[in-house]
Amino acid sequence: MNRDDFPMLNQDIIYFDNGATTFKPYSVINSVKDYYENYSANAHRGDYDISYKVDLAFENVREDVRKFINAKEKEEIIFTSGTTMSMNIMVQTFFKKYLEHGDEVLITQTEHASNVLPWFNLANEIGINVKYIDLDQDYHVTIDNVLKAITPNTKVISLAYITNVIGDVRPIKEICKLAHERNIFVCVDAAQAAAHTKIDVQNLDVDFLALSAHKMYGPTGIGVLYGKKELLNEASPYMLGGGMNESFDSVNEIVLKDLPYKFEAGTQNIAGVIGLGAAIKYINNIGLDNISLYELNLRKYLINKLEKIPYIDIINYDADSAIVSINVDNIFPQDIAYYLNKYNVCVRAGNHCAKLVKNVTGVNNSVRLSLAFYNTEEEIDEVANLLSDLNKIKEEMI
Amino acid sequence: MNDELKKEIILEHYSHPSNFEKVDDNSYVKIHENNGSCIDNLNFYIKIEDDIIKDIKFNGEACAISMASSSIATENLIGKSVLDAIKYIDDFENMINQKPYDEENLNEACAFCDIYKQNNRKNCAFLPYKGLKKYLENYHK
Repeated sequence: MNRDDFPMLNQDIIYFDNGATTFKPYSVINSVKDYYENYSANAHRGDYDISYKVDLAFENVREDVRKFINAKEKEEIIFTSGTTMSMNIMVQTFFKKYLEHGDEVLITQTEHASNVLPWFNLANEIGINVKYIDLDQDYHVTIDNVLKAITPNTKVISLAYITNVIGDVRPIKEICKLAHERNIFVCVDAAQAAAHTKIDVQNLDVDFLALSAHKMYGPTGIGVLYGKKELLNEASPYMLGGGMNESFDSVNEIVLKDLPYKFEAGTQNIAGVIGLGAAIKYINNIGLDNISLYELNLRKYLINKLEKIPYIDIINYDADSAIVSINVDNIFPQDIAYYLNKYNVCVRAGNHCAKLVKNVTGVNNSVRLSLAFYNTEEEIDEVANLLSDLNKIKEEMI
Repeated sequence: MNDELKKEIILEHYSHPSNFEKVDDNSYVKIHENNGSCIDNLNFYIKIEDDIIKDIKFNGEACAISMASSSIATENLIGKSVLDAIKYIDDFENMINQKPYDEENLNEACAFCDIYKQNNRKNCAFLPYKGLKKYLENYHK
């Protein structure tokens, strides 16, 4: 649906790599263009009209984001360069201070690198232990397994809302409830979730949440860190410089600004923020419920087609998201991607930055088809058709 | 070399790679080849005696182009002196970058002479040579 909104779809391509990044609608592109063409000033410097206009636009987006994830307060929305930066800020500014040697952080082996490496790094820095919650036979997180993994030393549970290879949706609300009863913090990497499912941080009761605009039809290089106000207030700034200080005179006399500016040193990605605002507006206009329903049906349609091909192994048969990961018997995933590319089909081959996944699935690499609402059943037919001729694949993969 | 023959050579080496085995022998030097942009992941094991490459083996997982190129590389490099091996790798590099090269020297590796048309696969074809070249160039230093 809504294919006419996306200039990239004018090209003769089938784009099934939406988990990596999504295409941008005209409204997002035009909002960025409008900023650069018509009011390209800095923010928070409102001494003249166009600068004031920037201030308003910038802060309006913060409010748009607040509503989008239903945060309690606008100050809880920090602009970052994306999920990776958000996760790193969260770990380095809050948890590095809060956690102690021997404390445990629970993740899973299906997390993306950005929810693994910041914790590994912290383990090296201060001696926390990173442990894995066991997954069930479908590689999903169950409440039972979360409970089993918790020990008296557990201080944090950090999970993707939707994982980027398995595409499973985690029971975040239930996890938050049981975690908070045990004074455990819950952090959520929502990179794969934000464009596909409604997020309500208050209802879920998450402590921190990270997302990226470019995976939700917005520009690259802009994202959000949400944190509960009382926690963000405890955290130290990640970077220091202009825009984040109230005053400074000497080493001992640095006064920082309050939230959210404490975390936004230097000139911000203003065009990105404005584009993110346009992306949120765009998603809201279509409605996340409509998007989610359409994508789930599309996934079912894709699974139905793929399961008829005997030499295709579907890694994540059951997942309530738009992600399907497969392997073709005896053919390296990269070769499948190259083969499909010859027919202008874009899919991703590899480990998808989730290099621990192999420990649970036994598969090093896979071909990932990640859908968005602008994909169609006709496109799926075409891709399934291309994959249904093994001789053709072997003949044309080089 | 016509297109059919090139394809045949590549597919044959991919399906039945030569010298494809893991080596656990201290007289070999292990070189890890990891293509940062994709997922090819191969180990090479090289044994040089009296300035001559006595043996090369490789193992791991990689795409058809990397596998076939590695298989051909091992066949062509075994028996060469270090300097001749460097010259061979230079020729291969020149070929995939559309520069003049010695076709005879490369023999079956000429199956990759059109790889420049698929820019994203140049790295795959060159994968076996990346670390080997560095190792061979430093061999006399």
